[in-house]
Amino acid sequence: MKEEIAKIKENSLKEISESKDLKTLGDLKVKYLGKKGELTLVLRGMGKLSPEERPVIGSLVNQVRDELNKLVEEKEEELKKIALEEKLKTEEIDITLPSQKIKRGSKHPLNRVIEEVEDLFVSMGYDVVSGPELETDEYCFERLNLPKGHPARDMQDSFYITPEHLLRTQTSSVQARTMMANEEKTPIRVIVPGKTFRREDDATHSHQFNQVEGLVIDKNISLADLKGTLEVFMKKMLGQNTELRFRPSYFPFTEPSYEVDVTCFKCGGKGCNLCKQTGWIELLGSGMVHPNVLKMNGYDPEKYSGFAFGVGLDRLAMFKYGITDIRLLYQNDVRFLKQFDRGDKENEIKY
Amino acid sequence: MKLSINFLKDYIDLDENIDVKQLAEDMTNAGNEYDEAVKLINATKLVIGEIKECVDHPDSDHLHCCKVDIGSEVLDIVCGAPNARKGLKVIVAQDGAQLPGGTIKKGVIRGEESNGMLCSMAELGLESKFLKEEDKAGIHELPADAPVGEDPIAFLQMNDSIIDFDLTANRGDLLSILGMAYEVGAIYDKKVKDIDLSHKENSENINDTFKVNVNTENCSIFLAKKVKNVEIKESPAFIKNRLIASGIRPINNVVDISNYVMLETGQPLHFYDADTLKGCLEVRMAEEGEKLTTLDNIERTLKSEDIVISNGEKAIGLAGVMGGLETEITDNTKNIIIEAAIFDNVKVRRTSNSILRSEASNRFEKGLDSNRTYMAIERACNLLEKYAGAEIVGNLAKYDTTDRSDKNIDITAKNINAILGMQISEQEILEVFRKLGFTTTVKDEIITVSVPKRRIDISIKEDLIEEVGRIYGVNNIKGKLPDIAPKMGSYDKIERQIRNKMMDLGLNETLSYVLVPENEAKMFTKDDTQVVKLLAPLSEDKNTLRHSLSVALHKIYKYNKARSNKDVSIFEIGKAFQKQNEEYSETKKLAALMSGEYYVGMEKKKVDFYVIKGIAEEVLDYLGYNGRYSFVKDLNKTPDEMHPGQSAVISVNNDIVGLIGKIHPSVEKEDVFILEIDLDKLLAKKVGKMKYKEISKFPNIKKDLAVVVDKKVTAQEIGINIKKFAGSLLESYEVFDVYTGEGVAENKKSVAFSLTFGKQDRTLTDEEINAVMDKIIEGLEKKLQAELR
Repeated sequence: MKEEIAKIKENSLKEISESKDLKTLGDLKVKYLGKKGELTLVLRGMGKLSPEERPVIGSLVNQVRDELNKLVEEKEEELKKIALEEKLKTEEIDITLPSQKIKRGSKHPLNRVIEEVEDLFVSMGYDVVSGPELETDEYCFERLNLPKGHPARDMQDSFYITPEHLLRTQTSSVQARTMMANEEKTPIRVIVPGKTFRREDDATHSHQFNQVEGLVIDKNISLADLKGTLEVFMKKMLGQNTELRFRPSYFPFTEPSYEVDVTCFKCGGKGCNLCKQTGWIELLGSGMVHPNVLKMNGYDPEKYSGFAFGVGLDRLAMFKYGITDIRLLYQNDVRFLKQFDRGDKENEIKY
Repeated sequence: MKLSINFLKDYIDLDENIDVKQLAEDMTNAGNEYDEAVKLINATKLVIGEIKECVDHPDSDHLHCCKVDIGSEVLDIVCGAPNARKGLKVIVAQDGAQLPGGTIKKGVIRGEESNGMLCSMAELGLESKFLKEEDKAGIHELPADAPVGEDPIAFLQMNDSIIDFDLTANRGDLLSILGMAYEVGAIYDKKVKDIDLSHKENSENINDTFKVNVNTENCSIFLAKKVKNVEIKESPAFIKNRLIASGIRPINNVVDISNYVMLETGQPLHFYDADTLKGCLEVRMAEEGEKLTTLDNIERTLKSEDIVISNGEKAIGLAGVMGGLETEITDNTKNIIIEAAIFDNVKVRRTSNSILRSEASNRFEKGLDSNRTYMAIERACNLLEKYAGAEIVGNLAKYDTTDRSDKNIDITAKNINAILGMQISEQEILEVFRKLGFTTTVKDEIITVSVPKRRIDISIKEDLIEEVGRIYGVNNIKGKLPDIAPKMGSYDKIERQIRNKMMDLGLNETLSYVLVPENEAKMFTKDDTQVVKLLAPLSEDKNTLRHSLSVALHKIYKYNKARSNKDVSIFEIGKAFQKQNEEYSETKKLAALMSGEYYVGMEKKKVDFYVIKGIAEEVLDYLGYNGRYSFVKDLNKTPDEMHPGQSAVISVNNDIVGLIGKIHPSVEKEDVFILEIDLDKLLAKKVGKMKYKEISKFPNIKKDLAVVVDKKVTAQEIGINIKKFAGSLLESYEVFDVYTGEGVAENKKSVAFSLTFGKQDRTLTDEEINAVMDKIIEGLEKKLQAELR
C-alpha cells in the first residue's frame, strides 16, 4: 500500500506541477483529491489493513494530501496570475486613437466680460440691476437733466419709436429707475450691464453695443471714491499696470464730469497706432451725480452725493480676447463662437 | 471749433514760438478735447521768386521752362501752369521742400532739368472752397511788390497754426476767440486784452427812421444798427486768412466782417441791405406753411415752430439759421442794417435741424451772452468804418429783456473739497477763480463768486466745483474706495445658471441684433400684438424690433449656412418686444436653434424634434419644473412659420410658456429646429425647494408593458393613463420602444413602457404587482382600446 501511495504521490506531483491551465489543474485536483479521487480511494481501502498499519498509512495519506493541497493552491495562484496577465495583454489598446467627445458649448465673449464685471462689483457689495431696452424719453433723458431741446441730445443719434419712446442710448436710464424705485431713498450701489443703441453703424461703431453703468449714492461720496473704484475696475480688467487719466468733460447728468483715459492696452503707454501715439485710450465717462438728477429722482443733494460711470464693454471684450473687428461680436459665426468654450484661467488678469 | 492761433494772439499774449501741440494738450487737460493741431500752410523750403525767363518746353504742348530768381540763385524749373510768364512773382518750393502732397526733388522732366516747383495755393494744402477762381486755374500770383528771396507764407500773413477743438455741448462760450482767450488765460494765468470797439457816429438817430418790433417770447434781445455808404471790396489779408483758418470762406469785406465779428465775440450778426427793407424789422413766429426763399436760393416752407424776421409784411429771414435772398448784401449794397439778436436756443435748434446747421445756428443753440450782443454791434462798426469806409448812424434800435449782470454763487472750500475728495485751501481756490476772471468776496468762510454772463454754463455750486477741479487739476487726487457700510452684492443667478446649463448641453451662445426688417419682426409668434417700428431707421433691414428671439437666431443660422457652417447649435437669452393697446412691453426669452449634427452624449446625431425636446426638458427639469410641463400640439397657437406636424407649444401648469419644433419648409429648406421660452412667464412660476427624499431600503421591481394602440394615440396619453390606473405603487415609467410594421396592424403602433414599482417600507410581492399590472391593462383597454402585445 505504501508503494501505491508513493506512486500516487509521484504521479500527482509530477502532473500537478506540469499542469498548464486552471482547468487541467481542476481536473487533477478531482482526480487525486476528489470524493472519488485516487487518494480518497486509498483511504477507503484502509479497512483491509491491520490496526497497526492503519495509523501509519492514515498519517501517510494525510501527509501526501496536505502536500498535494498545498501544491494545488500554489499552482492555482501561479496559473491565475498567468491567466490575468494574458487577459491584460489581450485587452491592450492604442491610447493614441481619438477620444470619445463630449461636446461642450461656448459662452459669448461679451457675456464673459459682463460676468467678470458683475463678479468684481458683486464682491464689492454692488447689486447688478437691469432696466428696459425700449425706454421712455423721460428715463433716458429728462430725469437725467436732459430736457427736450437740450443741445447735448441729438435726435439724430437715437432710435426713436415715438417722440416719447426710444431704444435706450445709454444704460444711464437705469440710474433714474433705480433711484425712483428706492422708495425709502436709502444709499444705492448698483451696476447695470446691458444693451444700448445709437444711430450709427460703421467699422468702429455698431448700432447695438453694450455698456456697464455704475452708480453709487451715499453720504460723503467724493471724486476720490470714483477714482479709487475705477482704478480697481480697470486694473482688474486690463492689468495691474493700468493707469487712469481724468479729463474734465461734460455730461448733463454729472457735475463735475470726467472722461477717463486708461494706459493704452496695446502698447502699454509707449504710443502706437491704436492710441494715436498718445499712450492713452479713452474708455469711459464718469462724474459726480448732478444735484438736479438727485433732486429729480427724490434724493436730497444736501444730504447725499454720488458718482456714476459708464464703460463700453465691446471694447473691453475685444481687448481681452484680441478681437480685431467689432462686427465679429455680432455676426455669430459658429467658428467664432466655438472658440470661447473654456474656462478663463489664462485670461484672468491678476490684481 | 477751429482756433487760429494768430487770431487768439490778438487777445492774449502768447510766446511768439508757442508750442501749439502743448497748448492743445493743456486745453485738453482742462476739458477741451482737440482733434488735431496743424499749420495753416504745412510746407517747408518755400521762397518768393521771380520768373526771369519763360519759354515753351521743346518736348511738350503745355509745359514751360522757367528761369526763376530766388535771390540767392537762379533756378531752372519746369512748370505746367498756363499762367506762368516772365516777370511774375511766384511761390517756389525748393529741392527737398515738404508739401502736403509729398517731397519736391530735383529732376529731369522730358529732358529738361527742373530744380523745384512753382506752387498753386492748392499745392500748399488750401482746401478748394477757399480758392479764388484765378487760383484754381494755375500757380499763385504774388503781387509785384513781393520781396524775392523771402518767406512767401509770412508775406501772405498765412504763418498761422490751427487747433481744431471738439468742444463739449455746454461750452458755447468757447465758440468765440474771446472765450478761448479767457480759457487760455485761466490756464496760463494771463490777462485778456480789450477788444477795439472805437468808431465815430454821425448825428442821425436810427430810431427816427427805423423800428424793431419783437412779437414773440422766443427772442430776448434784438438790436439794429445802421451804417451808410459802405464800399464793397476784397477784405484785407488778415481778415481773409483768419476766416480761412477758421473754416469760413471769404466773400467780400462787408460779409467777411460779419463773420469775423461772430468768430471774435461768438455773437452771430446778420447784415441786411438797408435799401431793401421798409423801415422796420419784426421778429415773430412763422405762419404754418409760410414761404421764404433763403440765401441759398431755395424756397422753404415754414412751420409755426420757426422764428422768422419779417419786414413788416412777410418773412425775410429765418432767425438764427439763414437770411433771405431778397435782402442780402450784394456788390451794389451801400447802406446796411446790422442785426444782433438772441433767439430761443431750442427753437433755433429745431429749425436748423430740419433746414440747415450753420455757424450761426450752432452758436444760438448753445446759448449766448447779451453783453456780447452789444459788443458785436460796436465791433462791427469799428471794422466797417476801418475796412469798408462806413459812416455809422447814431444810436441803436433796440429791444432788450435780458439781464446782463454777473451771477453770484455762494460756495465754501468745504463744499469743494467734499466733492473733489481733495484738500485745496481757500487761498488756492480764490486763485483759481481769479485766473478764470471771476471776482470773489469772502465772508465767514463763504466765498461769493461773481460769474460773468459769458459763462452761461455756470449756474450752480457744482459748476464752480468743476471749474476748480478743471483749473487746479484732479489727476493728483488719491483714489480710494467708498467708505460705506459693507453688504452682499447680488445678481441674476438664474439667468447665469441657464446660460451655463445651455453651454453644458453643447450649445453656443450668440449675441444677436434686436432690430430686424418689419416683415420679419413677427416671425415665430402668433398673437394680435402690433410691430414696434423705428421713426428713423438706419436701413430697411433694421427698422423694427423683434417679437421673438427665434427670428434673430434664424438670421444667424442663415449667415452660417452661407458660410458652409452646417452644424449649428446656438442659444441666446435676450429681449423680445411688442406693442398692444398703445402700450409697449418687452419680455426676456430663452431661445435655441439646432440644425445639422449634434452630440447626444458621445454620439453624433442628426438633430430632430426629439433632440431639441430633450434640450427643453433638460432646462425645465434643471429649473425645477419636473413633472409640471407638457408639449401640446395646438395648431391654433402655433406660428405659421412652424411645421404643423412637428411643432408644439410648451405648457407649464397648463399655461403656455414656449414654442418648440421644426421650422416650416416654406420658410427654411433645411431641417432646422427651434425652441423659445418666455423666461419672465416661466420663472414667475414658483418651484419647491430642493429637498432630500428618503431612499427606499427595499428594492424596486421593474416590469415591461407593451400595448398596441391606434396610431393617433400619443405616448403621453398612454403614460398619463398608466399613472392613473397604477396608483401609488408606481414610482416611474418611461417609453423605451415604439414599433410599427410586421405584426402590428396598419393603423396601429406598439408602444413599450418600462414601469418601476416600489414602496418605502417593504418589498412588494408578486401578487401585489400583478394585480396592479392587471388594473393598468384593463384600464388601457377600456380607455384607449389598447391591446396587450
